[in-house]
Amino acid sequence: MDVLFSQLFAGLSLGSVLLLAALGLALTFGQMGVINMAHGELMMAGAYTAFVVQGVVSDAGLSLLVSLPVGFLVGGLLGLLLEVTLISRMYRRPLDTLLVTWGVALVLQQVARDVFGAPNVDVRAPSWLSGAVEIFGVGMPRTRVFILVLALVCVGVLALVLRTTPLGRRIRAVVQNRDLAEASGISTRRTDRLTFFIGSGVAGVAGVALTLLGSIGPTLGTNYIVDAFLVVVAGGIGQIKGTVIAAFGLGILQATFEYSTTASVAKVLVFVVIVLFLQVRPQGLVTVRTRSLA
Amino acid sequence: MATSRATARALPAATLVLALVLSGCGARTDASGGSASSAAASCVDVSGDSVKIGLLNSLSGTMAISEQTVHDSLRLAVAEINADGGVLGKQLEVVAEDGASEPTTFAEKAEKLITDDCTAAVFGGWTSASRKAMLPVFENNDALLFYPVQYEGLESSPNIFYTGATTNQQIVPALDYLKEQGATSIFLVGSDYVFPRTANKIINAYAEANGIEVLGEEYAPLGHTDFSTIVNKVKAAGADAVFNTLNGDSNVAFFKEYKNAGLGPDAMPVVSVSIAEEEVGGIGIENVEGQLTAWNYYQTIDSPENTTFVEAFKAEYGDDRVTSDPMEAAYASVYLWKGMVEKAKSFAVGDIQEAAGGVTFDAPEGTVTVDGENHHIAKTALIGKIGPDGLIHTEWSSGEPIEPDPFLTGYDWAEGLS
Repeated sequence: MDVLFSQLFAGLSLGSVLLLAALGLALTFGQMGVINMAHGELMMAGAYTAFVVQGVVSDAGLSLLVSLPVGFLVGGLLGLLLEVTLISRMYRRPLDTLLVTWGVALVLQQVARDVFGAPNVDVRAPSWLSGAVEIFGVGMPRTRVFILVLALVCVGVLALVLRTTPLGRRIRAVVQNRDLAEASGISTRRTDRLTFFIGSGVAGVAGVALTLLGSIGPTLGTNYIVDAFLVVVAGGIGQIKGTVIAAFGLGILQATFEYSTTASVAKVLVFVVIVLFLQVRPQGLVTVRTRSLA
Repeated sequence: MATSRATARALPAATLVLALVLSGCGARTDASGGSASSAAASCVDVSGDSVKIGLLNSLSGTMAISEQTVHDSLRLAVAEINADGGVLGKQLEVVAEDGASEPTTFAEKAEKLITDDCTAAVFGGWTSASRKAMLPVFENNDALLFYPVQYEGLESSPNIFYTGATTNQQIVPALDYLKEQGATSIFLVGSDYVFPRTANKIINAYAEANGIEVLGEEYAPLGHTDFSTIVNKVKAAGADAVFNTLNGDSNVAFFKEYKNAGLGPDAMPVVSVSIAEEEVGGIGIENVEGQLTAWNYYQTIDSPENTTFVEAFKAEYGDDRVTSDPMEAAYASVYLWKGMVEKAKSFAVGDIQEAAGGVTFDAPEGTVTVDGENHHIAKTALIGKIGPDGLIHTEWSSGEPIEPDPFLTGYDWAEGLS
């Protein structure tokens, strides 16, 4: 029974990491259709932000709390810069975007290597996040509980913004029918930029959270980019709900497979499941129903 | 609009394919051999007052973190030897190439260093995949490679000198130590590639012969960062100790998870064979303090040779730098080559091979001796404990250098391993 609970928690925890990594992508890729291969590097930028902030604010707890909004800004601004200078010139050219952002990813990795050095660096976790909490007699590492809560908060805030604010309405309008949205006077350029800013910012927050789990290196993002795309594709493009379900689903699936087989085999099995699933449901778990012709 | 609909459908499929390709990238370890040129007459030029040697390390890519440090200490050794009058009166001229963390690149660059640059010897390589890729190149061209990293053994080539530990100088002593401490069960955790799998095969054979129970054997893909499930399994198994052959970043994630799960060096110590001084900082000292490592050299070794080495290294590269086992083995490899050349009074490969047996060097780790038969070197095994200062302190020593036995022929339990 203990094992069942701790494995369930491991799955949820893995799911929350996937969710954080994929959430920003669900906006930029899911909503806008931009294949941003540098998304992982935005996470990496967020992670290094946490490292820099800890250099300034030495208290580990305070620096984590400061890093979250600062990481959002750093990721968001980097993303905005990327959108304005490059991506905005190639909307509707997905393959070009893919190659260009891949190149940007390599450049960002090298910049990080030159600035922070090749060896990995480490961010100290605050003392109130060390150790584990006992729930149902199972010890759950506090860092993982924190990340789970953080992921849910991010989803909540994002859902709230999309559902209730004027910006959210504009974003949804543009996603559902760009031409009609433009005809009704919405500045789609501005909306695109803001969406990309938010999506990239969430990547920055994800990067800060990842510092609690592992060390920070220039290639931090590449470990997550593949899984993030998988989650968004499996969840259904254009829907945050789908991303959430897919992230936790894949997390639990991975943890279950990993427990009954090995980590390598589990990865393969998850791939197989996704491939089969997309055969049956190419549009993903949750789809947007629109009357748009596109 | 028909095109954009097609795009919308093709996108997920395209990304999935891309994802599969990408995930394959990280795990590329196949060792394709170099081109098989016939054993041409050596083009090494020894007529002038200098002689060329090649340094082949990954200065870019995923292995750069580790190999850059080896590169630095190789250069230190060369600079010291040159300042001291060179080898047979000739100054060493370094030709450096970047292996770029790709086995195939290692093979190509090795070929270039041998046939275009005409270097007298090449120093470098780190992963077993890179060594296996270079091996045929050095054998076909009848050239010399000095390989400075501990590895999984079961190999011996007349054209390679292995200055790192083979299994009976690192893994077997670590198991002896655990047995001595009264461990009756162990759990094996490793990265999923050739070194951990071979090492664990050896550990299993040892355990069976010595009455130690192996409670589990888990592999994570290279670069894996989510260890909650594996740590759950380790915790549930409740072994006396964990034997860790994880490589690279995975160690960080593993130890953070391990500590958060309430496990520690007192309840269940972890013996690691791939964590040296260089890595401790990246993992975070608080996560690994008190854990054990198995190597042949630590920065804290108290000997005049080591003090000189550490001081020279820090003077050259900065006070915050540390020295580790592979760096020391690389440093020693240049001096061992010098010793062989001086004993042979020749830079020719055949003469060096003949003279190699019995060449010694008072290395920072202690005196090391080349075995003329299998081209490994006799080294002292050391079990160390990671201290609060981030350095590793010797906890147990084999006392004297252990003769290299790459095929484990001297151990009955190892029969049938290959």
